Parts: sequence; structure tokens; C-alpha cells
Amino acid sequence: MAADAVPYGRVTQKKSPVSDIHIIWMTAGLGCDGDSVSITAAEQPSIEDVLLGAIPGLPKVHLHNPVLAYEVGDDFMKFWYEAEAGRLNPFVLVVEGSIPNESIKSEGYWAAMGTDSKTGQPITTNEWIDRLAPKALAVVACGTCATYGGIHAMAGNPTGAMGLADYLGWDWKSVAGLPIVNVPGCPVQPDNFMETLLYLLYQVAGLAPMIALDEQLRPLWLFGQTVHEGCDRAGYYEQGDFATEYGSLKCIVKLGCWGPVVNCNVPKRGWMAGIGGCPNVGGICIGCTMPGFPDKFMPFMDEPPGARVSSTTISVYGKAIRALRHFTNDTVNKEPKWRHPRPELTTGYIPRNY
Amino acid sequence: MSTITTPLRDSSSKSGKLVDMNWDPITRIVGSLGIFTKIDFDNRRVAECYSTSSIFRGYSIFMKGKDPRDAHFITSRICGICGDNHATCATYAQNMAFGVRPPNIAEWIVNLGEAAEYMFDHNIFQDNLVGVDFCEQMVKETNPAVLAKAETKLAAGSNLHGYRTIADIMRALNPFTGAFYREALQMSRMTREMFCLMEGRHVHPSTLYPGGVGTVATVQLFTDYIVRLMKYVEFMKKVVPLHDDLFNFFYEALPGYEEVGKRRILLACWGSFNNPYECDYQYKNMTHWGRKMYVTPGIVVDGKLVTTDLVDINLNIRILLGSSYYDGWENSETFVKTDPLGNPVDKNHPWNQTTIPKPQKRNFKDKYTWVMSPRWLDKRTGDHLALDTGGGPIARLWATALAGLVDIGYIKATGNSVKMYLPKTMSLPEVEFEWKVPKWSNAIERDRARTYFQVYAACAGLYFAEQALAELHKGNTKTWSDFKVPQDAIGCGFHEAVRGVLSHHVVIRDGKIANYHPYPPTPWNANPRDIYGTPGPYEDAVQNTPIFEDNGPDKFKGIDIMRAVRSFDPCLPCGVHMYLGDGKTLETHHSPIFGLQP
Repeated sequence: MAADAVPYGRVTQKKSPVSDIHIIWMTAGLGCDGDSVSITAAEQPSIEDVLLGAIPGLPKVHLHNPVLAYEVGDDFMKFWYEAEAGRLNPFVLVVEGSIPNESIKSEGYWAAMGTDSKTGQPITTNEWIDRLAPKALAVVACGTCATYGGIHAMAGNPTGAMGLADYLGWDWKSVAGLPIVNVPGCPVQPDNFMETLLYLLYQVAGLAPMIALDEQLRPLWLFGQTVHEGCDRAGYYEQGDFATEYGSLKCIVKLGCWGPVVNCNVPKRGWMAGIGGCPNVGGICIGCTMPGFPDKFMPFMDEPPGARVSSTTISVYGKAIRALRHFTNDTVNKEPKWRHPRPELTTGYIPRNY
Repeated sequence: MSTITTPLRDSSSKSGKLVDMNWDPITRIVGSLGIFTKIDFDNRRVAECYSTSSIFRGYSIFMKGKDPRDAHFITSRICGICGDNHATCATYAQNMAFGVRPPNIAEWIVNLGEAAEYMFDHNIFQDNLVGVDFCEQMVKETNPAVLAKAETKLAAGSNLHGYRTIADIMRALNPFTGAFYREALQMSRMTREMFCLMEGRHVHPSTLYPGGVGTVATVQLFTDYIVRLMKYVEFMKKVVPLHDDLFNFFYEALPGYEEVGKRRILLACWGSFNNPYECDYQYKNMTHWGRKMYVTPGIVVDGKLVTTDLVDINLNIRILLGSSYYDGWENSETFVKTDPLGNPVDKNHPWNQTTIPKPQKRNFKDKYTWVMSPRWLDKRTGDHLALDTGGGPIARLWATALAGLVDIGYIKATGNSVKMYLPKTMSLPEVEFEWKVPKWSNAIERDRARTYFQVYAACAGLYFAEQALAELHKGNTKTWSDFKVPQDAIGCGFHEAVRGVLSHHVVIRDGKIANYHPYPPTPWNANPRDIYGTPGPYEDAVQNTPIFEDNGPDKFKGIDIMRAVRSFDPCLPCGVHMYLGDGKTLETHHSPIFGLQP
């Protein structure tokens, strides 16, 4: 039976206006491949959910990622050349790793992938970005290295590393009119990335409006809140109750946690399957999703300078509140007095016939 | 003195024409690796092999002058699959330098986290990355006759793993569509949940610190870990027979396959899992507490255990140049003249290394990579041994087996094997596995050891969980010890990253990092020919490899080379903080394009 002949309510497979889409995933920035490894941990959705068509309404997705690819060497690189030639249409370009500055030295390269068959020269990562970004439907920076530079862009680094938007320009737009989409995190939180990718696939399929991003080009629904706003230890902060040593279950802001000023949902979402995270499980937030990471948060294990005023202020209010709550907590920890085994009813009910 | 691990073949005297076959990038590994070979198709052999990487980041440069407490946060970012091994090793070096000893339960928590890392990482690498080299699709494209044979070959362990024939196992390994591929991927998530329970986040942990951990030790923490661990235990009872069936079949179906990736037995293991009752992080006691680790440190040469002494291991590490784009540091500062025991420390030791990069053109006859060549000086012979890690497990099991020191109920090292005991699980009875010292250090045995070490890690996890719970039940829930950063100090940490030896050496001056050199497994495995002409292990192992693939040069996939290289579990981010590619390649043709050389 043709799909349009099926009675209303029985068409479960919506047809995407785009039948196939490719994901060209470059890990050849200055990175550790930790973001690719991270996404293999995602379950909301998982990579196989997306690749095997387990989510309705999406185009068929073809992933070309060096950590997972079946193909090796030139068999693998052929997708890059196809994309460059405009024959892999449409495709999403995912970039992982910081973008080095190749124009600060006379020869050689900092980061490359594949070899040019004509010249025998390696093809720099930057060259690949120059070739592919103008043809991509969307460009996604995966992880803090690619979004803002990250660890390899630390003060004193020899490569002049930067983020993708620093390289392409913060106002850059794809052929489809999309800005660069930044999903930071060191590494990226697995589900945060896969969910962003899923959103873009919905958008391609015409099932979602333009992705909403903040000024740092992060998806708003993921990075609109601070670590502190989602942290289950924020209650200790409110009560002015601060840990003085690691391993305590109290607020660790005095031990180096930057949670109150960092945009990230990890304490709320957990690291995977709701498990793990950072301050919620005793790890100081070192600001790894932020454009200022790492330098503005170092040395990591000292109390953030800005936290002193607020934590001292809250201590006065918090201690008073804690004392009052302690009193109320004692009260609600006791049962009402009418629950007893004595041969009398003291609940307030007056029996008529017993 | 030089150590030629394998006699270099004279590529000009043989009759066969040499074809340049290159693979750049090698996929299904972590990081950027290119393999450049010359293949003699007439004689079905690899004549020459060079390994290269294409990314430079510069950790040892930008860590100078930073707060020493930041070292584990920074060095974790060296690697995206075993970053936690770096973070852990860094805290070991920090603990030594700061003179701090974590509470017992903190060590058990770290050991549980690291055990979960081995369980996860070996699992995903073996069955989602390496496994693809043995999957139906790959075997069909490289050795169709082998697949035909696999279709009729009944799997000996089918009652345990559920796959009737070897070809059924191969089909189950097909990427994404294979049932076992997907089961393994799912299992790699559960083991990462176990990891996150202990170390907060995978792959860059949040809860590790010098002096202990920030993890809150509760009953729930260990319950959540143990219930997951027992599911993994049940899984491994199926995986061991599955891989034994698959690997044994390759020896049977392709006689001579033991030569693939074979090299002289030169294995290094730096030990893993500190024993909190013995390890005080003092250098002067390191020989003692090193031998109390739950994976024994050791160097195995030609099947014999040369040493299990971490001080001996430490002092004889040498970083050699030769084919690398660096200037020597003989005129630079000597940071550490003697170790805390008064032993002289060599100028080529990591404590004294100064990195002086000198970019230049690549020339495979001279300098062709930015990776240096770590070697271990065998004082008996004066040889600078090009030790390899075999991807980790084979070296760990071999050293532990021969040393015969580990005996924790779930694991017993016998002197020539390692016995592992898995308790009853939901649907399977208790099982005993025994890893026996193999005849060869080759691709298949490196891969087989990986499966057995997954069992080892599970066994160790069971023991650590019991120990941690005993501490918890005694009320010992403090997980961190305070410390002060000294103005001047040195430290070293020894650990096993998933794919092999890992050391961190730190020098602190004026309260800041003055020198920091991590030596992870990949520099040991992926290094070039040193000043004595000794090739690095990948090069050496690939140069030994005969070609079994049916395809000629026009459709050549290089599957035997891929199996040889991937058996080392290449993880290039480990190496690339020291690598720098240059812009030139010489006389190269890429697969599947090829060229003939006179």
C-alpha cells in the first residue's frame, strides 16, 4: 500500500526531505580524540541510534570519523575529497581539536591529515577546514579545544592554537545560513554532543526551527544555566556550609570550584546515565566548557578570587538559616503525639459507637 | 652499544620489486598515525616500515612555570582515551614530590577507577576497533578462502558464547550491524559508568587530587560499582572463549600466521594498582612498594624476567635521539644529578631532558619524525633495549606471571602463568581462566592477552571493592590527606596506561614546575630508529610481517600490517606531545595508488 493511501495515524515513517546526509568528522586539530571517545559513551541518543535509523524522521546518516571508520588510509580520505568536490552533498563538518596557527613559522606544519598525492606534502588541518567549511551545511566545533582553543591554547604554547570561530570568524555562516555551533567541554559531555547533532539533523529534516545559540555559539538549552544552578551541593552553599577538605560532601567552592560562574549542565545531567559529574561528585569545576579555560581558572586548586566575597557574605546569612532549619528539622523528625499504643484515642476524632 | 632487534633486511639484494604502500591516516586507533612501507609482493613480505605522526602540541613546553598541583589536570588532556591514566600517574609523582600519602580508601577508589578503565578501554578497542580487522566484511575482502573455511569451522566454545561457527563470530564483529560489536559497545558504556562512580568523569577525571580523591565514600558508591562489575564478569565468561576460538582459528587457517607482527620478546611493564598498606610514595622505599603492586613491574627479555625493581627500571631509562628532529641537550641544565638514594642520574634520563626542537625536512634515511626513542639500558650487556609494551596486557601478564608475586584470591601469579577466578554470576557458574606465557610476542598473542587482561582487571576490581568496603565498614571514610607544595622537590610516578608503560617525571623549583616529562606507551612503541640504528617496535614488528592477504598491489588493504600495528593498541595522542611532523614526504604513493621502485 502506498504511504499516502494508509489511513491517518498509521504512517509511522515520516519521510525526510533529505534522504542521506554525511558527517565528516575531523579529529586532526590539536586534541586528544577524547571527544570522539566521549560520544561513543552517549546513549541519549547513542551513535548507533542515529546511524541505524532508530530515530524516526531523520535522513540516513553516514559517519566518517577516523576513530570508528572501517576504511583506512586513502579509502578513508576519499570522503574528504568527495566533500571538497561537492559530491558529498549535504554534509555536516565536525571539527575536534584546537586550530593551530600555521602562519607563524617558515615551513612544516603543526597538524595535518592525509597526504597530497600531487606534491607528497601532508595536508594541514587548516587547509582541510578552508576546503570543506564553505561547502558544509553546518559546521560543529566539538569540545573545548575546537570551540575556544582549550588546553593547547594555554599561555606559553608554541603553536598559537585557537578555536574554530577564532579561525573562521565569529560571524561566519554556512551555505545554509547556520553559524558555527559550539559544543564545549573537555571532553564534551557525551549526550550534550549527540543531542546537538540530533537537533541539527531534525533541522535538516525540517522538523525543528533554527538552533538557538548564545553569544559564545553554544546551544542555549544546554549552556543557559551555570554549574552552580544545577549542582546538588548548592544547598550547602546557601547555608554557608563549605568543605575544608576534598572528599567532603559539602560545597567545595573554597577548594577551587568555579561552578557559580561557569556555563555547564554536567552536575544536572551527570556524566553518563546520570552518573558522575564534577562538583556534585566531589570534583572541583575547573571551567572546562569556558572560553577562558584553562588560564583564567589556574591554579585550579585555589579558591576562585571572586568567590571569597560571596562565600563570606553567604556565611553570615547561611549560618543563621542553617540554625533555624536545624530547629525545624528536629521538629519534623518527630511524629505527632497522637500516635501511641495507649488504650485511648487522642487524634481528635470523637467516636460515636466504639 | 647498539641493539638491532631484528636484522635489517637488505632491500636491494632481493629479487622482488619494492612497492611503496602507505596508509595515512591509520583509522580505528586514537590519534594520527601514518604507516609508510616498502612491500615486496613477489616474496610476500614487508621490506621496510616507517611510522609517522602528524600533530604537535607541546605539553612539556607549556607546563613549565605552572603550579605543580595542576599537573594532573593538564596531563590528563594528553590522551583522550586513557587521560585518567595520565592523571593518576601525575598524582603518583605529585604525592612523591609533595611527601603525601593518601588514605587507604582513596587508593582503593583510584584502583577501582583504573580497573574500570582497563575493562572499558580494552573492551572497546578489542571489539569495536581491532575486532573490525577480524570481522566478516574485512576477511571477505582480504582472504575469501579463510572466510569460506570459517563458515564450516565449528566454534569450540559455542555453548558459552552462543556463536556456532567462526564465521558467525566474524559476522557478529561487523561494525554497527554485528550483534557482538553492539553488545561490546554497550558494555563499554557500563564500565565507563563504573569509572565515573570512582573518578567522576571519563576520560578526564574530576575527582583525582594529589593526596587522594574528592569522591565521597558511601555504601551506595560501592554497591553501584559492584552490581555493574558482576555484569561485566558474566560478559567476560563469554568473551574469553569467543576470542580464543577466533584467534586459534587464524593460526589454523593461515599456517605461519604467528609471524605476523612478531618481534623479539622485549617487554616492559611499569606496574599498576598501588597497595595502600605498603606504598608510602617515598622514593627510597620504591623497590619494596613497587613489588607490592597488584600488577608487578618488570622487564622481560627473551622470555626471562630481568628485573622487578622500580628504582632499577627508573634509573636505566634513556631518551635517545637519532632519527628525531631535536638537538641534544648535553649543554643544558642537569636538573637531577643523583636520585634520593644517591645513585647518579644520567643526562639522558627524563628528569634531565630538555626539549630543543629543530624543524627540518623529512628524510627517511636520516631524520624523519619528532618522536624521540626511549630505551632501557640493560646493564648486563650495555644494550639500549627497544622495549615495547605489546599494547599493555601481554607485558603486564608476562611480567606478573614470571614474578609470581600477586596472590589475592581472585588472581594468582604462578611463575609461568596467571590464574584468574571469576565468581558465580546470574546465569553462569564460577570459572577459572589461566593465561599461559605464549611462545611468541606477536599480533595474535598481543590481542589474546588483551582479552585475558580484561578478566584480570575484573578480578582485581572484585578484590579492591572488598578492601574498600572493609575500610568503609570500619568508618574510614576520609579520602584525602592535606599537604604543602615544597619549594624544591623531585618526583616520579610509575603506572600502566591501558596500552602500556607510563611514567611521569617532575622537577619543582621555587614552587613551580621546572621540568616535566611524561613517557607514555606510544613513544616506546612508535619511535624511530635511534642513534644506534635500532628501529622502533612498530617498524620492527611490521618489517617482520609476511603478507597473507590475497589481494595484489592494486587492491591491497594491508590487513596483515594493520593487524600487526593495531595489536600494539596505538594511541598517538600519547606520543604527539613530542611529535612534530615536517612538511615533506619522499617517494610516496598511497594505497590504493601504487608505484614501482627499481
